[in-house]
Amino acid sequence: MEKAIKRYFPVFVLPTLLAFTIGFIAPFIVGIYLSFCKFTTIVDARFIGTDNYGKIFTDGTFVHSLWYTTMFTIVTVILINFLAFVVAMMLTRKIKGTNVFRTIFFMPNLIGGIVLGYIWNLLLNGVLAIWDKTLTYSSTYGFWGLVILLLWQQVGYMMIIYIAGIQNIPGDLLEAARIDGADNWQQLRYVTIPMLMPSITVCTFLTLTNGFKLFDQNLALTNGEPSNMSEMLALNIFTTFYGRPGWEGVGQAKAVVFFIIVGAIAITQNVLTRSKEVQQ
Amino acid sequence: MMSEKKNQFNNTLTIIFSVLSVLYVYPIFLVLLNSFKKKAYISRQPFSIPQGKTFVGIENYINGIEKTGLIQAAMVSAFVTVCSVLVIILCTSMCAWYIIRVKNKITSTIYYLCLFSMIVPFQMVMFPLSKIANMLHLSNPVGLIVLYLGFGAGLSVFMFTGFVKSIPLEIEEAAMIDGCTPIQTFFGIVMPIMRPTCITVAILQTMWIWNDYLLPYLTLDLRKWKTIPIAVQYLKGGYGSVDMGAMMGVLVLSIIPIIIFYAFCQRYIIEGVVAGAVKG
Repeated sequence: MEKAIKRYFPVFVLPTLLAFTIGFIAPFIVGIYLSFCKFTTIVDARFIGTDNYGKIFTDGTFVHSLWYTTMFTIVTVILINFLAFVVAMMLTRKIKGTNVFRTIFFMPNLIGGIVLGYIWNLLLNGVLAIWDKTLTYSSTYGFWGLVILLLWQQVGYMMIIYIAGIQNIPGDLLEAARIDGADNWQQLRYVTIPMLMPSITVCTFLTLTNGFKLFDQNLALTNGEPSNMSEMLALNIFTTFYGRPGWEGVGQAKAVVFFIIVGAIAITQNVLTRSKEVQQ
Repeated sequence: MMSEKKNQFNNTLTIIFSVLSVLYVYPIFLVLLNSFKKKAYISRQPFSIPQGKTFVGIENYINGIEKTGLIQAAMVSAFVTVCSVLVIILCTSMCAWYIIRVKNKITSTIYYLCLFSMIVPFQMVMFPLSKIANMLHLSNPVGLIVLYLGFGAGLSVFMFTGFVKSIPLEIEEAAMIDGCTPIQTFFGIVMPIMRPTCITVAILQTMWIWNDYLLPYLTLDLRKWKTIPIAVQYLKGGYGSVDMGAMMGVLVLSIIPIIIFYAFCQRYIIEGVVAGAVKG
């Protein structure tokens, strides 16, 4: 059978492979190469060695945005997962209206980052106006504004994943724990949470990478103001590319560093939490 | 006694969640409210109800549509999203089936490249991608479909291969012994079995492509075409100060299709997210 299928490579694989080459493989390789070049378009690239990488750290905005993004990611990972888990626990207790609540909490996920950014821009600036402030008054306001926005958007998504996980826990496990005299807290600590490790892995992974890669919301809510202080990594790379002529190479070098950080986080996190999962 | 206490607790939860749900919808309601308000009053009094001299009817909507070309942008968005999702499902499911059924170095390389592409952030490839797209004359809505197939292939191929692995070989073998070609076997037998995965992939890709801002912004010829997120952002970028009235109108109009889509496909969306998360 394998032989019969094999001849059909051009029909089955070629379209995807071609598009994948144009959309990913070629840009990725060119991207690595360009990070060692000075250029304004691809055609005029001139190899200059590691100069671009050296410039990344002399440019203070990158280090600031790296720190800002890290803090933001830590705060949002903890808050989103905690809230999503608590809400999921409550909404699996067979209370009235559960389905309506789930539907409502999930809804903001379907709205794009740009639109979300402007919705919250209106609301948060309206609230801050009471104290005569705006979101771009200082980077702290932008930070917490973005945290609130992301909570609103993603708690519902993670909640859905946790609910699916909780519903998959076999009822007799909790029953056995209860008969053995475990109280609510012990059931949670020794049965529910260990059984939920796969969901926790997925949600931590999603919130971590979402936090690190956040762009649209950042652009629409504060656009990095005041003076690049509320700029996250993805936006910092974007403005280096398109807002500073002559710095395209540095922008690409930043992008490579960004890729390495995101990749490293994804891999370590997966290895770490997978080792904690229990076998059923 | 015990169950009465539990009932009371559950009723309290219902009340708490009802209040939370109202708060959750409030940001969208606020935008709707302000879309009927004269633009000078939006930033100054965002929380007041439009009436008398602050009420402008649908002026903001007309204004917003005219300034951004929203109708045309919506058509481009719809065209690109629908076509890309159909093309992605067709091409990547065929590709996934082939690389699981035919085992050799090439297919396993493609598989691992797809996995790898999932952790690469868009910023890494955005500059080379936009230049390559330009060189290949892909800076139009049809070209965008190719780019989405290319950049979205990783996740889709990964999800389809996960499913193909679980299909027993015997069914396909029987079909091919009976004289089916691989193409007939795929569309007659494999594709119908993969329906649930198709729906999951379709949901995840629709949510991404419909709301995506950066890829079309960097590759499309913006003088001729815009998508909805670009049209929204254009209000901010194109003019010195933002016309808040037009902005509110455009925001409401861009949320309406999402709410309609959600109302009709809610079950599939939530199932799709769970299925996608478990495999991701």
